[in-house]
Amino acid sequence: MRHTISVLVENQPGVLARCAGLFARRGFNIESLAVSTTEAPQTSRMTIVVEGPEWVLEQISKQLYKLRDVIKVLDHTGDPVVSRELALIKVKAHPDARNEIMQVAAIFRSNIVDVAADTLIIEATGNEEKISALENLLAKHGIVEMVRTGKVVLVRGAKQT
Amino acid sequence: MMRMTGAQALLEGFKREGVEVIFGYPGGALLPISDALYHEQEIRHILVRHEQAAAHAADGYARATGKVGVCLATSGPGATNLVTGIATAYMDSIPLVAVTGQVVTAAIGRDSFQEADITGITMPITKHNYLVKDVRELPRVIKEAFYIASTGRRGPVLIDLPRDVAQAELDFEYPDKVELRGYQPQAKGHPLQVKKAAALIAGAERPVIIAGGGVVASEAADELAKFAELINTPVTATLMGKGVFPERNGLSLGMPGMHGTAYSNYALNGADVIIAAGMRFDDRVTGKLETFAPNAKFIHIDIDPAEIGKSVPPAVPIVGDVKLVLQALMKRLDQQDHSPWLAQIQEWKERYPLSYKGDGLKPQMIVEEIHKITGGDAIITTEVGQNQMWAAQFYPCQRPRRFLSSGGLGTMGYGFPAAIGAQVAFPDAVVWDIAGDGSIQMNIQELATAVANKLAVKVAILNNCYLGMVRQWQELFFGGRYSCVDVSCGMPNFVTLAEAYGAVGIRVEQEQEVRPALRKAMRVRDRPCLIDFRINREENVMPMVPAGGSIDQMMID
Repeated sequence: MRHTISVLVENQPGVLARCAGLFARRGFNIESLAVSTTEAPQTSRMTIVVEGPEWVLEQISKQLYKLRDVIKVLDHTGDPVVSRELALIKVKAHPDARNEIMQVAAIFRSNIVDVAADTLIIEATGNEEKISALENLLAKHGIVEMVRTGKVVLVRGAKQT
Repeated sequence: MMRMTGAQALLEGFKREGVEVIFGYPGGALLPISDALYHEQEIRHILVRHEQAAAHAADGYARATGKVGVCLATSGPGATNLVTGIATAYMDSIPLVAVTGQVVTAAIGRDSFQEADITGITMPITKHNYLVKDVRELPRVIKEAFYIASTGRRGPVLIDLPRDVAQAELDFEYPDKVELRGYQPQAKGHPLQVKKAAALIAGAERPVIIAGGGVVASEAADELAKFAELINTPVTATLMGKGVFPERNGLSLGMPGMHGTAYSNYALNGADVIIAAGMRFDDRVTGKLETFAPNAKFIHIDIDPAEIGKSVPPAVPIVGDVKLVLQALMKRLDQQDHSPWLAQIQEWKERYPLSYKGDGLKPQMIVEEIHKITGGDAIITTEVGQNQMWAAQFYPCQRPRRFLSSGGLGTMGYGFPAAIGAQVAFPDAVVWDIAGDGSIQMNIQELATAVANKLAVKVAILNNCYLGMVRQWQELFFGGRYSCVDVSCGMPNFVTLAEAYGAVGIRVEQEQEVRPALRKAMRVRDRPCLIDFRINREENVMPMVPAGGSIDQMMID
């Protein structure tokens, strides 16, 4: 089962390495990790997608809390959240296929950010399912390269984390 | 507020934290600190002969006193030599602050001479570590380091101090308190959980208490004794908890697990309620988890929330300091009586006592004789392997902080420097290291440290000219194919080796020589003493639960 957690950490050198190291040696499987500063300059936020059963998630959370630099761990399973990631997809686009590709891009409300003789780069934001769906549709044209940022998540409504 | 260098600030910070002794070894990156130590009157620096010994000595000092142990090493190889000792302390939750010199800040990350990324290397084996790049951070870092090492689940913290930072000047001001958003150890147990536990205990018919290192850290031996008597429940203490419950008390079951007493394992197997206090269900204790204590409900008391539910699913988890939790529990419990259960246990004790048989020089007998001559009250350290198990089995302890052994990591070479650390802490105590011929050679150079500091540590080498525990496994599980364990070739003459360092050396080959040798050793008061006991080569540690086996299926002999 996949779980998404947010980890609020001190904005200190080495924090990312510490957390990643913890995951590696405890055998926790990270699918994606996004980290950046927040509205509070001393605090950074990591959004991590983890694969594993329920009890693994409990251990992850408890082991993270043991780190001096970890302030809060939030398990978003069951939370009403806004979840987004950004993808850049470089797709093969010969002139005859170009129209279809542009239509697909428009349907997904994504932008063409690069045009070359044979390729286009599409920039798409959305939740995981949307990005994966776009990727699947473009696959038949031939994806040259792609990069995804990994999920970031905020809980809906006035509930602050 | 005084103007001083980083090196001086380090020593000043140590003083504010009550540090009296540091164990260290110098080097280029440490020069500013060594220079500051030159004029230092209050803090004693014990020069070891290998950095690993500095870490183990600080560890032994910490286990014996309950204070934070401090060790000091230079950059690069000095720092990496501390790694085994830091990992040892990490696995056993021992409060340690390790300070390493580092190359100058401009040289970091450039493969400089004697540079090692020690903060990277020790990340998985420290509670936290620091690389101090700005000397003004140093007082806060020191305060935090000692705070983190000595609170919650104790453990090692490392401070990496570049040479130019140690030379830079600051206006020294020591913070009053430390407040960490991400580190707030929980002390009191949740009252609702305590209530549930009390109810479970009140209804138990065959309860057992397992007490571990957490009871030592919590200084809760008194509470444990009162608690056990109140609920009339037998107590088994893990290797880390040895001495936390007087082993001569009728309720004591000795040690559980792989080489524990048969009766403690039978008791755990037959229990309906197990109260686990400050212990973590290590695999040496539980054997195969699937068949461990199949009929028992667990009450798990531990200061580390991550331990609860990690190995065993508790019916009642209680996160908190053992001392406080036991106090709260006792308020909710009345005097109990479990005579029928205790009678069953007594029957097991009589049928399956710890024993040994046969002729020749027996290691178990030697440990018993050491127990006799020391009145059971010495500080005992051990190395690792058969020597460690025989010491745990045949030296019953009445008090905590008297049996110092590397349990979690199982580090050979731990015992001798740890004994040195304990002797430094208690100059008038009798300190014995129970060693094997393999282990003792791993930090043998510390004979020099002991001689130089007039430390009368006594080492009982249970010498079978084998790496005994591995040989035992090869005998029992690998068809007797002894591979890479015969160390008889090149075995030194320990008597002349000891004398080469200015220590006392004694050789014992027969039973009747044991007592006179021990008496002679006890009379040596100003230098270390090695006794080379030539024991039976193929003596085995029994009982034994084979790896992956169930604790109720022991090999008894």
